[in-house]
Amino acid sequence: MEIKILKDILGANEQIAAKNRELLEKNKVFCVNIMASPGAGKTSFVLQTIKALKGKFKIGVIEGDISSSIDAETVAKEGVPVVQINTGGECHLEAIQIQNALNNLPLADIDLLLIENVGNLVCPAEFNLGEHLKVLIASVPEGDDKPFKYPLMFTTVDALVLNKTDLLPYVKFNVDNFVKTIKNINARAEIFKVSCTTGDGVSEWAKWLKSRIK
Amino acid sequence: MHELAITQSMFDIVLKQAEQARAKKVIGINLVIGEMTGVVAQSVQFYLDFLTKGTLAEGALVNLKMIPPKAQCRNCQQTFELKEFDWACPNCKSNGVEIIAGKELFVESIEVA
Repeated sequence: MEIKILKDILGANEQIAAKNRELLEKNKVFCVNIMASPGAGKTSFVLQTIKALKGKFKIGVIEGDISSSIDAETVAKEGVPVVQINTGGECHLEAIQIQNALNNLPLADIDLLLIENVGNLVCPAEFNLGEHLKVLIASVPEGDDKPFKYPLMFTTVDALVLNKTDLLPYVKFNVDNFVKTIKNINARAEIFKVSCTTGDGVSEWAKWLKSRIK
Repeated sequence: MHELAITQSMFDIVLKQAEQARAKKVIGINLVIGEMTGVVAQSVQFYLDFLTKGTLAEGALVNLKMIPPKAQCRNCQQTFELKEFDWACPNCKSNGVEIIAGKELFVESIEVA
């Protein structure tokens, strides 16, 4: 006998993500999910964002990694509340892990919560966390063909940050083609070009993020 | 890469539905998966075999209906299948597209005894 089901496999995650969103909104917390491949500069980008917006918002951070607390320790030096999630092998963050992390953060004292997802361009795209914005960092050394190789990720995000632009003179990377490709496959995405090493372009990103929060 | 998480969620859905229907055994699980999700069929079956041990879904076979990625042209509204590295509209050659299929991930039905 066949039983029709038609149920979304990730429905359980979606339900928890919706609860996270409710809790965030109750506490007036704006939440950004930052995704990228390993080494694209997620932690540097989190640090730059904290530096740019520290005076304007009370910021909190959730660090997702397979193991270690190196990133959380780095971010904690900025004097912001931070929770480290170790997924223990899982390649992405899920809503339930964020639910636990939210219980360990002083939400009433946070306006802007930055979630640094596990370094991966595949799996994090599938799992909503309850965030208000999904941001993808692509870095110059990764190459300009990545939108075609990881289409789900590139078509899912609200903003795309091209990092390590200070390396453009040394790397074969066609910025115009890259920007054109993103615009073609994701009309919604805002695009920012930054260098977390020199700080170039960070203020444009910070300005846009600020406008989204208010 | 995240097949364990997906298979676990799928298994929870299947078991709940089978129990509700008072099924004795789950023989087959029909999934609909968009190719853009990158879910690997062999991995799903591998994890399922592991997760279903000692349950009424032990030995169930996963049947996957893969959905190829499809887009709609933002310029002329033509719909077409996306090919790797070639996302231009076959009708008007525009590159501006909206993905309209290929991200599916759901349990369509189960075969029970």
